[in-house]
Amino acid sequence: MKTRFKWRNLYLWLVFIILYAPIIFLIVYSFSQGTTMNNFHGFTWSHYQDLFADSRLIAIFLDTLLIALLSSLLATTIGTLGALGINNTTRPVTKSTLLALNNILMVSPDVIIGASFLIFFTALKIPLGFGSVLLSHIAFSIPIVVLMVLPKIQEMGTSLLDAAADLGANNWQLLSQVIVPYIMPGIFSGFFMALTYSLDDFAVTFFVTGNGFTTLSVEIYSRARQGINLEINALSGLMFLLALVLVIGYYFINQYSSQHRKAVRGRRG
Amino acid sequence: MQRKQRLTRSTAYFIPYTLWILLFVIAPVLLLIYQSFFNIDGQFTFANYQTYFASSTYLMMTVNSVWYAFLITLATLLISYPTAYLLNETKHPQLWLLLIIMPTWINLLLKAYAFIGIFSQAGIANQFLSFIGIGPKQLLFTNFSFIFVAAYIQIPFMVLPIYNSISELKPSYINASRDLGATNWQTFSRVIFPLTLPGVKAGIQAVFIPSLSLFMLTRLIGGNKVITLGTAIEEHFLTTMNWGMGSTIGVVLIVAMVIIMWLTGGRKPRSRKGLTK
Repeated sequence: MKTRFKWRNLYLWLVFIILYAPIIFLIVYSFSQGTTMNNFHGFTWSHYQDLFADSRLIAIFLDTLLIALLSSLLATTIGTLGALGINNTTRPVTKSTLLALNNILMVSPDVIIGASFLIFFTALKIPLGFGSVLLSHIAFSIPIVVLMVLPKIQEMGTSLLDAAADLGANNWQLLSQVIVPYIMPGIFSGFFMALTYSLDDFAVTFFVTGNGFTTLSVEIYSRARQGINLEINALSGLMFLLALVLVIGYYFINQYSSQHRKAVRGRRG
Repeated sequence: MQRKQRLTRSTAYFIPYTLWILLFVIAPVLLLIYQSFFNIDGQFTFANYQTYFASSTYLMMTVNSVWYAFLITLATLLISYPTAYLLNETKHPQLWLLLIIMPTWINLLLKAYAFIGIFSQAGIANQFLSFIGIGPKQLLFTNFSFIFVAAYIQIPFMVLPIYNSISELKPSYINASRDLGATNWQTFSRVIFPLTLPGVKAGIQAVFIPSLSLFMLTRLIGGNKVITLGTAIEEHFLTTMNWGMGSTIGVVLIVAMVIIMWLTGGRKPRSRKGLTK
């Protein structure tokens, strides 16, 4: 019994080591002197200094952040309203059709999304650059927002809305003072997911970005094609920290929302 | 009745979402199909499809792409099933699961970039091979490295659905099976595996479709030796500027995607990150 227990832990640990080793490897070498990822040559901050002195990369980083924030804000707004609309459909056929359409962009390979958006922007003569990237990011983030918000709306039930309407709330009051506060955890999760989708996207952006504008993922791709550059390692160190912050943030939102749910259930029951 | 009234009173807020569906979901797919009937000079033609189905290069590329996606999915499944199973037996499965999913939050390009360093001529993998006496090998830009890195990236997306279905499995079924005299293998093959099949199917769907289209990995890790459908589309759209042919391959990829979804019977979308349940 005891030996079996050890074996199973060994396997799990092995999977973990394989999953995390490349990431740790990258970050360790961001502190290495020299120019390759082959031998550790002693500790240095110089790659981070290079990174912060690289004004082009910093501009790209800020652009990426701006795109991520703007696109997730807009996607969250449109997606939340869309989820409300889907929830309000009365015919089951309409609802399932809307949900199926909603999920198309979730299951499509990135290449298809990128290529078809490129044709779409060209057909409408929308210039490629900041605008087209922003529109694409909004577009592929909307479905995940809907999927995060919809369960919250369905959980709300109708009695709360009926009560508010009976007490004379108009549509706007209903939305702003009853519905939105209730589904806020779902909206937050949706916003978070949209943010990380946007920060991480490479393939779609690569297709619709044109010549003048780049995001971090595209920049990393073009630099990585030229070979090893420890500045990218320093960048990955920073992005790892950012991912960590996002995961922890997401975890706390989920904790909050599950506590919230329990509290509501407790009150009801 | 009152509810209905409230709903019909205003639908203005639903307009942006409807516009999104029309403009960014339906229109691009239709445009892609439309574009596939045009040649490089902008004339209407069926030639793209004729070229595709008559050319052994395109057909071999498709077969190859499906074959590699199959290998990647198989490798991912073989590693992920035991992982998910063992995860379920640990004391804090949620914490372990969170740790498995964490790497999906790291930018994909950075993970690919890490392997350029690991697999390089004098890199750590070759140092290890020299150390155990095999001697350095060409690792980067091989089919092996492509499958390895692709499987590495996809593992969390396979573990998650399988774990979900294993954790829903009632222990009483397993106890019943053991009480009735089944061996461990019989319990697994007749009880556990069939009951967790929905999770496995969801995982296959989540891994297979993206594997057909991973074009940055074929370039960065595979050294252009493996051409996937995704690589071909990217090549036609951004390098040779033959959008018609690129769209034709895109249509083939969409058809492949629909077939896989039909075979795996699920319509649950994969999320690009873990943690969405």
